[in-house]
Amino acid sequence: MNAGEVLRVAWQGVTVNKPRSVLTTLGILIGVAAVIILVAVGTGSSKAVQDQISRLGSNTLTVTASSTAAGGRGGAAGGLFFPGGGGGGDTTSQNATQSRTPEITMEDARAIAEASETDEASAVLGVAPVVSASSVTAAYDGASHSVGTFTGSTPAYLLIDNSVVAEGRSFTDSEYTAHRRVALVGTSVAEDLVGSDVSDIIGEQVSFNGITFEVVGVLEAKGSAGPQDQDDRVIAPATAVQDTLAGYGPIGSIEIKATSADTVDLAQSQVETILDGRHGVTAADRDYDVQNASSILDAATSSNRTFTVLLGAVAAISLLVGGIGVMNIMLVTVTERTREIGIRKAIGARRGDIVGQFLAEAVLLSLFGGAVGVVVGLVGSHFTIVGVQPVVAPYSVVLAFGVAVVIGLVFGLYPANRAASLRPIDAMRYE
Amino acid sequence: MSDPVIRVERLTKVYGHGEAEVHALAGVDLVVAQREYLAVMGASGSGKSTLMNVLGCLDTGSSGRYLLDGVDVRRLVDRQLSYVRNRKIGFIFQSFNLIPRTTALRNVELPLAYAGVPVAERRERALAALDRVGLADRVKHLPSELSGGQQQRVAVARAIVTDPVLLLADEPTGALDSHSTADVLALFGELADEGRTLVVITHEDAVARHAQRIIGMSDGLIVSDTRSLEAV
Ligand SMILES: Nc1ncnc2c1ncn2[C@@H]1O[C@H](COP(=O)(O)OP(=O)(O)OP(=O)(O)O)[C@@H](O)[C@H]1O
Ligand SMILES: [Mg+2]
Repeated sequence: MNAGEVLRVAWQGVTVNKPRSVLTTLGILIGVAAVIILVAVGTGSSKAVQDQISRLGSNTLTVTASSTAAGGRGGAAGGLFFPGGGGGGDTTSQNATQSRTPEITMEDARAIAEASETDEASAVLGVAPVVSASSVTAAYDGASHSVGTFTGSTPAYLLIDNSVVAEGRSFTDSEYTAHRRVALVGTSVAEDLVGSDVSDIIGEQVSFNGITFEVVGVLEAKGSAGPQDQDDRVIAPATAVQDTLAGYGPIGSIEIKATSADTVDLAQSQVETILDGRHGVTAADRDYDVQNASSILDAATSSNRTFTVLLGAVAAISLLVGGIGVMNIMLVTVTERTREIGIRKAIGARRGDIVGQFLAEAVLLSLFGGAVGVVVGLVGSHFTIVGVQPVVAPYSVVLAFGVAVVIGLVFGLYPANRAASLRPIDAMRYE
Repeated sequence: MSDPVIRVERLTKVYGHGEAEVHALAGVDLVVAQREYLAVMGASGSGKSTLMNVLGCLDTGSSGRYLLDGVDVRRLVDRQLSYVRNRKIGFIFQSFNLIPRTTALRNVELPLAYAGVPVAERRERALAALDRVGLADRVKHLPSELSGGQQQRVAVARAIVTDPVLLLADEPTGALDSHSTADVLALFGELADEGRTLVVITHEDAVARHAQRIIGMSDGLIVSDTRSLEAV
C-alpha cells in the first residue's frame, strides 16, 4: 500500500468515532497551544525588560543603596569604620546612630558631580540624583491623574535619561538651586489633564498632592515598554521635590552618564573610589551597588530565561499528558478492532502494514491536534496576558509541533506493535 | 501428476496443558491434489476448523508437517506467511468477516492492495471479481447494507481476487438461507469447474454432495475418505 492509501485508511479509522478523536486531539491541542503561548509570555516579558533597559543607553550607571547589605551588617561596619574613616560633608544621619542602613545621599551625588569636573572622575559626563515621590496625584482645573513616576532630579537628568523636552523648556540650574516648584510632564499626564493639545498645559499651575508646581515643559513621548507607560511621568527639581513631596532623607539612586560607551567601566571604578572613601567601605563590604545597563540586562535576561524555561516545562508536561491520551485511545482502538486486524492479516496484511495503519492514525491525531494547537497558540499570543504582550518565539512553534508529531509516533508505536504482533487466528477469535 | 496442493503428515494440534489438554488434531494425514473439490464433514468438536486454520496458515500445528504447494509452511517467516495467505490462499468464513464500514469494492481490493497491485489494475480486478459473484450493482455498498448471502458472495470475491491456488471455506453456508446457499454452492461449482482447488467444511449433506471427495473427521482424526459417485 502506498502512503496516500495508508493515510486514507487512517483517516477512515480516525473519523469512525469523531467525538473520541476530537477529545484526544484536544489534549495535544492544549499542550501545543500552551507551549507556544507560555513561551511567548516569557519571551515577551524579557523583551519588555530589555527594551526598557536599552532605552537607558549603554553608557549609564545607576548607583543604589545595597539591598543585600541592609540590616545587621550595618552595626559592625558602621562602628568600625565611621569614627575614623568617613568622608567629608554631611554624615549627620550616618553618625547619629551606630547602626545604619545602607543609603545614598544627595551629598554622594554632589561629591561625584564635583569630582567629574576634575581628573578624579574624568570618565563621568553627567550626574543626576534621583528622588522619587510615590502615589502622586496631579490635579488641574477639575481633571486629575495618578502619576506613574514622579522624579526629582537635576537638569542633567534629561541628558542621562535620554529624555527630550518636546514643548516648552526644561528647568534650569538656577531654578534647581532656588528650589523653584517647576515641573516637566510626560504626554500621558498632560493629555489626562488638558486633553490632546498638550502644549495647553505649559505655564499652568498644576497641583501634585496639593502642592502647586508650574509646568514649564512637556516631555517627548517615549511610548510604552511592556506593561509600563513611559510617558506617565513628571520630572521636577530634586530640591523642590525634597521640600514638598519626598522629604530630606536618603535619595533613591544616582544616575551617572559616562563620557562614552568605552569609558563606562572606568567611570564605574572612579565612582566606586569616591563612594568607598565617603562611606568608609571597601570592595568587600560595599553598602551600595553600581550597576550599568548591560549588567542589569544580564541579570534580567537570566532571570527571565529561568521564568521562560519554567513556563515551557509546565506546558511540556501538558503536551506529554496529551500524548498519553493518544496512546490510551490507540490502545482502545486496537482492542476494539482486534477482529479487523485478524481479518486483515488473514488476507495477507504484513506486520508493517498493520503497524503503519495504526501509527498513521496516531500521527494523524497528533498532527491535527498539533496544527490546530499552533493556530490557537498564535491567536492566543495576540492578547496581553498578565500585563505582558507575548512575543511568539518561532522555535517554540516548530518545537511544539514537532514534539506533538513525535509524541504521536512514540505513543502510537506501542499500540500499533501490539496490534501487529497478534496471530491472525487469535485476533479473529477475539470478542 | 504435479505436486499436490496440500500434503499433511501426522499433523497434531494440542490445546492447553496437563489436565486441560485437548487433542484437537490427533495425527492427520491428508493429500489434496490440484483441481480437487473436497468437503470435510464431522461432528461438532471433531477438529474441522482447527485443521482448516492450519491449512490456511492462520494457525500452526503442534507437530507434523504441512506442505502447501510443495513448501513446508513451518519454515516460513512472518513475512513469507503473509505472502502465502495473500497469494496462495483464499479464505471464506462462516461469519463472512468483511471489514466493517468499508465498501464491498474496497473489501475486495484489499488483498490486492496488500499485494502491491497498482490502483487502476486493482480496481479493474476487484470489479471483475464482484461481477463474477453477481454483485456488480452493489460495489459501493457497505457490509451493513448487504444481505448475508450478498456479504458471503463479497467474501468469495475477495477470496478469489488474487487467483489463489487454494480456496478454503469454513461452513460458508452455515449462516445462509437455502436460497443464498444455492447461490454460493453454484459459485463453488463454477470455481471447481475452472480447475481451482477447494476445501469446504460443512455440516450439510446437500452441500457435501457438490464435492468430488468427502472426508469425515472424528476426534481429531480422519475416519473416512470417499469419492462421490458424481465425480467418478
Ligand atoms: N483456542 C482453543 N483453545 C482450546 N481449545 C480449543 C480451541 N479451539 C478449539 N479448541 C478445541 O478443539 C477441538 C476442535 O475444535 P474445532 O473448532 O476444530 O471443531 P469443529 O470440528 O470445527 O467443530 P464445529 O463443527 O462445532 O465448528 C474442540 O474440542 C475445541 O474445544
Ligand atoms: Mg468449526
